[in-house]
Order: sequence, then C-alpha cells, then structure tokens
Amino acid sequence: MTTIAPKMPKSWRTETKPHKFCPGCGHGLVLKALGEAIDELGIQDRVVFGCDIGCSLLSWDFFNVDSVQTHHGRTTPVVTGVKRARPDRICIAYMGDGGGYAIGAQHLVNAASRNEKITAILVNNCNYGMTGGQMAPTTLPQMKTETTPYGRDPEETGYPTQGPEMVAAITRENAYVARGTIANVRQLKGYLKKALQNQIDGNGFSFVEALSSCPTNWSMNAKETWAFVEKTMPEYFKIGELKAPAKKEEKIDV
Amino acid sequence: MTEKPINGEKRVFMTGNEVVAWAALAAEADIMYGYPITPQNEIMHYWTRLAPKYGRKFLQTEDEISAGFTTCGGVLSGKRAFTATSGPGNILMQESMTMAEMMRIPTVLVVQQRGGPSTATVIYSQQEVTMTCYGGNGEGLRIVYSTGSHQELFDYTIKAFNIAWKYRFPTFVLGDGYQAKMRESLYIYDPAEKGISMLKTVPFVGLEGMPGVDRDPSHLRNTYNTEEELYDVVTNLVAEYEKIAPEVIEYQTFDADDAEILIIAHGIVTRAAQAAVKALRSQGIKAGHFRPITIRPFPAGEARAVAAKAKKLLVVESAQGQFQRLVKDALYGLTVPMEGYFKPGQGITSEEIVEEVKKGL
Amino acid sequence: MSKLTKLALAGEGGQGVQSVAAIIVEAANDAGREALYIPNFGVEQRGGVSVAYCQISDEKIGSPKFKYADLIIALSDRAVRRTRQYVNKDTVFIYDASIENIENDLPTNAKKVLAIPALDIAKKELTPRVFNVIIMGAAIAATGVIDMEGAKKALEKRLGYKFEKDPKLKELNFQALERGAELVKGSL
Repeated sequence: MTTIAPKMPKSWRTETKPHKFCPGCGHGLVLKALGEAIDELGIQDRVVFGCDIGCSLLSWDFFNVDSVQTHHGRTTPVVTGVKRARPDRICIAYMGDGGGYAIGAQHLVNAASRNEKITAILVNNCNYGMTGGQMAPTTLPQMKTETTPYGRDPEETGYPTQGPEMVAAITRENAYVARGTIANVRQLKGYLKKALQNQIDGNGFSFVEALSSCPTNWSMNAKETWAFVEKTMPEYFKIGELKAPAKKEEKIDV
Repeated sequence: MTEKPINGEKRVFMTGNEVVAWAALAAEADIMYGYPITPQNEIMHYWTRLAPKYGRKFLQTEDEISAGFTTCGGVLSGKRAFTATSGPGNILMQESMTMAEMMRIPTVLVVQQRGGPSTATVIYSQQEVTMTCYGGNGEGLRIVYSTGSHQELFDYTIKAFNIAWKYRFPTFVLGDGYQAKMRESLYIYDPAEKGISMLKTVPFVGLEGMPGVDRDPSHLRNTYNTEEELYDVVTNLVAEYEKIAPEVIEYQTFDADDAEILIIAHGIVTRAAQAAVKALRSQGIKAGHFRPITIRPFPAGEARAVAAKAKKLLVVESAQGQFQRLVKDALYGLTVPMEGYFKPGQGITSEEIVEEVKKGL
Repeated sequence: MSKLTKLALAGEGGQGVQSVAAIIVEAANDAGREALYIPNFGVEQRGGVSVAYCQISDEKIGSPKFKYADLIIALSDRAVRRTRQYVNKDTVFIYDASIENIENDLPTNAKKVLAIPALDIAKKELTPRVFNVIIMGAAIAATGVIDMEGAKKALEKRLGYKFEKDPKLKELNFQALERGAELVKGSL
C-alpha cells in the first residue's frame, strides 16, 4: 500500500514527522499554519522557537528552526531573554492556555506591558491536556474535566479567561492581538503572519490565541469535537483581530 | 569598539554591590536581567548607570522567575548574561537554574544572602548554602564560589563567567548582605592586565545558516520520554561534573598543618576564623583554619587531609548547620570530633570564635 | 599606629551619621590605610536608629561587624540604648548633652562616658547644618584614625561643589571640625 504524504510546510522538519500529537489534536493545524507563515515570510533562518510544558512541548523538534523547550509557563521569559540579547532574531513563544493564562500569566502580562518585541502563540483547548484533562483557565462553564467532574461552576471557579481581550487592554497601538481557530486555518495563518510581521517591523508585542481541539480529554468523537471547536467555543471566545497596528509605510525586508 | 571600563589596575574603595557591577563590566558581560531585592539592588543600580556607556544592556523583569529564565534566554543566544538576587528571589530562581543544569546553560548568578526563612531580614546570613548548592529538583550540578572579601567578589565574579562558559555548568557567586553593603578597599583591573582573557561565547540557538539545509537545527529540550533515557542523560551530566570538579575546586588553609583545633568556615566568616587563628596562636593554642572557596564542588579530599590530623573540628557559620552538612558529607568516616558554632542570620566575630575554642579546651 | 580602631556612630535618620562615617573611612582609605564601613540598612533603618560601623587599621580588616567598639558616639536616646551593647571596659562612649532623661540608660561598664554639647554649639555658634561635622571632629580627635588635614581634604572632596557656591560654608565646616575635636581633647 502506498500513502501519499500530505503537503508539509517547508520549515517543518520531516525527520520528526509524523508528529506525536493525539489523533484529532489541534496543535498540528496551528503548527501547520505557523509553518506556512514562516515560509511565506521567509524567516526560517532567523526564527528562534520556544515551547512550553504541556502538550506544546511536543513541538520542541517540530520545525527546522532553532528551538528550545522550557518550563511550564516560562517560555515567555526565555524567549524574551533571547530577543533582548539578539534583537535580530524572530522569537516565538508557543504555549498552552495553562502555561499562558495560569502559571505563566505574570510573564504574559508583563511581556505585553513592556511591549516585548516577541510573538506569543497560545493554543486554547479548554483544558490541561498533557496532565490528563484538568480544568484550565479557559474551561467553559459546565464543562466536565478531571478537576470539575460535575462541570465547571462559575460560582466556584469563575468564568473562562478572556486572554486576547486582556492583552489588548494592556497594550498600546503598536501591539498586534488576535484570536483565530483551527476551524479556519487560512484565517489563522493570516493572523500569525501579521503577528510575525509586527515583530519583524519592530513594532512590539504580538499575541495570537488559537482555539483548538482536544478530543482525547474532551472524550468526544470527531463530529462532536469539530462542533465544539466550530460552534461552542466561539460563543465564549470571539474570533477576530482585537488590535492591529496602524498601517506603517512599507519597510524594506531585511 | 567602545573603550574598556577599566584600564590597568587601580585601588578603589566601594561597596560590594558596586564591585560586582564593575566586575561584570570588566568581564565583558553583555546583559543583566534582574528584579529588585535587598541587599542586591545596587548591583542593578550601578549596572544600569554604567552599562549603556559600554554598549551593555539591562532588563528589569516582572519577578525572579523571569529574571532567571530571561538570563537563560540571553545565554542561549550566545551572550554573556547574568543576574543577581537574594533570599526569596533565590528560591524563585531555582527553577530556571535547574533548566540551566539540565541544558548546560552557562548562567552566572550572584547571590547576596539575607536572613531566612521567608522574608526574615534584608541584612545578612549564610542560610542560602543548601539552596545555592542543591536547590531545585536534580543533582546540584553547579559551581558555587563563596567569597569573603571585595577583592574576591571582583576576582570571582570575573572568573565565574569564564568557568561557566568553559564547563557549561551554572555558576554562582555566593556573597552576602555584609559583602553587598560594606565598603572596603580592593584593586579593580582590566582582566587582560592579569593575563585573563574572557572566553569566547557561542550561541545555542539563533545560529547562522538555514536549519535543515546548511546545518541541523538546534533542538534543545529538558523533557525526556523514558526513565532509561533520563538515567543516561543524568549519568552523563554527573560524570562530566565529577570529571571537572578537581579542576574547579579551590580552598585555603591557615596554619592547618599542625593544627590541633581546626576551624572550618566559608565566605565572609573566614575573616573572623583567620583572625581567631592568629589570636589563638599568639596565646599558644594550636589552631588552624580550612576554608573552601568552592563549596560546590566541595574540596573534600583536601578538607579530609587536614581534618584527619586535627584533634577537634569546629564548624563556624551564620546558619544552623547548612555548611556543616557539606563538611560532614566530605569528612564521612573520620572520627575526629566535630562541633558546630551556629549563628543563623547573624554575623560572627573573631572574639566569639576564640571564646568558643577556649571553652572547649 | 597599627592598632585596629572600631567605631560606631548612631543617630536618628537625618542626623547624618552615615555621611560622617563615609567621609572618615574614605579619608582613611585615601591616606593609604585599610578601612571597612558598613551601615545598618533595610527595614530597621526605616524609622529606626541609624548605625554606622567603621573599622580602620593598617592591615586588612576581619569581620565587618564587631562585638565591642573603641568609640561609640550616640546622638539620640534611642541611639544610646541601641549601641550600649557594644560597650566594654575599653570603650569610650560619647553622647550628645542635649539628650534628655537618658541618665539611667547610659552604660556603666565603659572606660569613659562623656557628654558633649555638639547640638548646642551647632545651633548657637555655627549652624545646625554642621552638627554632624562637629561629631566627625569629635570622632577623629577621640580615635586619631585620620589627621585634621586629611579630614579637611575629605570634606572638600565630598562637599567641594557646595563650598564653591558658598565659600562661607567651607569655613563653617572647618570650624565645626575643629570645635568637635576641642570638645573631646583633654577630656579623654
């Protein structure tokens, strides 16, 4: 039997494919959009990619770009440290919702406040995937997880974190903030490209949240999973650009 | 090229925090990441005033977790990066220092110990010995210099950068609040003047060339899939650490060869111990002093050699036996009686040591 | 003089004990001697007593703090109570004569306890601004750690920019130094 390999972004590392994410996991799609964005911007040789703990760590050898896997929540400071020391590099911090909105929230908030010229990409799948499906800051009301077995009760544990809204609120006009979804990879890629372009232009912080799937921990089949991503999640997490820097004059690519 | 921060050698009179800033400048440190905590603040204060004049950088982070991890990032990108902290800040930096151990990231961290536990005092202690040597989950694969004077603070801060980059283990300069805040004389110098050349730094990420085409990408991780895989990694790390340890260890002895009572102390307490030995000798008491400069790796063989000849050992420290545990570990099996003189969070004078020694005679 | 001299200056925030200590040790260092100075700092210093610990010698100095001082100058009631722990039979303990209700708190084990009217002299003869320079004069006369010439040079080094603007200030400072020295000369 022969199989036809799917078309991969040029910046993907073929030696590490197929990747290690669960079937139906959205990380692959986010990383595909990111790979294409890197390809189209022609920055593969300049990217430094940092990934967090949690499922995002499985991307540590995903690309043919220099990469470092850090600690839970600490990707933002590591990547910030790289960017401050090497401003000529395009620095990407790749993390999950737990890493960005819980354990590493102070880093995300302060990197945004300081307008660090890095790009943070946060994959929102409404739970802690790697550790077995606990409640995340982004778990939806009534959603069942291992630590909310009767469903998340907002009276007890509040409402899902509105990450991009928060980042947009604390950044100035030179930041780029958007929320995309794996349900629309084309659009997501567009957001990622703009986010990276914002860094390339030296404008400031850029942040993209990507709504994603976790059928393993959600205990859903393919159809249910897709419906959840496409319909349920956007009811709480609005898709779109929250902050786009005012158009600058065309810059010469370096 | 910008001019050198220090030309030749000159005598100065300054605080230890200022000394560290000058040493880092002289050592060609590129960037400091830091978060305010007493008693290390003035390292940042002097660095932020001096650094821009010599093209060096600074980032004030949101906390010490971030200061530690941004320092890792700076080093990963090939820059001579450092940070400084104390007490509760040292706790928060342990996480990043374990990453540095695992990935062999040559970070430099200056610790100015304050009183503990908790926020305790901002003044002084030697209570960060265990944490600085063995903090974090792992095997404590670090190099820790315990300094005792401004001259050493200068010398060993410069040395820390070269040792870190030569051996690629996170390197610590363990000072304290006294050393941070006091003023005394020392000679600061351009390292080249002393024949010291700063090792060339190399990036671990952000390398030149197209990854996957001109070269393999640099893929760094600290998470492993299986017990066996990790066991191999750690075993290799430990083996490398143990191989370099004999090259790294440093110590001093004072009248130790024929000492009947051997005082063992480190850091700033060595000053009181040295003075106590002089005073005791002048009174006809055969006292000596052993002082490890590297408390990790510990000069165990050297300590044993002198301790074995003594009739009694007295471990003196401004903590409740943290240093004594390192000593006991090194001297395991010796039957020479050992006592401790512990003053957690408080300074120790030579008079006290003399008194303590005489009490036990 | 190769002897180690240990000196503790203590006062309320704003009385300038740390500046005086810094000038004395700087002058000693400039004279080629070894000096070590450490202030108390941090939480205690905020709203507490400010203590400057100085040691001057011809050899490298041992531990930064000491058990007993050769000279203590205390400028407030709290400073007296804070520093009497550093007194032994070799200690000269000087305090300002204006401190009230302190009789029962003065050390009883000192070599000498001496009240000097520094604040009074500053107010009446000179200016309150040079109060701490009178103290400096007393400290160097009581210990001999630096000579008068060195002390004046150190003052110029530290306050030269102010002296340039106001030449009278230089005179006042030098007078304060001399007056401070006179207060202890002959009494010890």
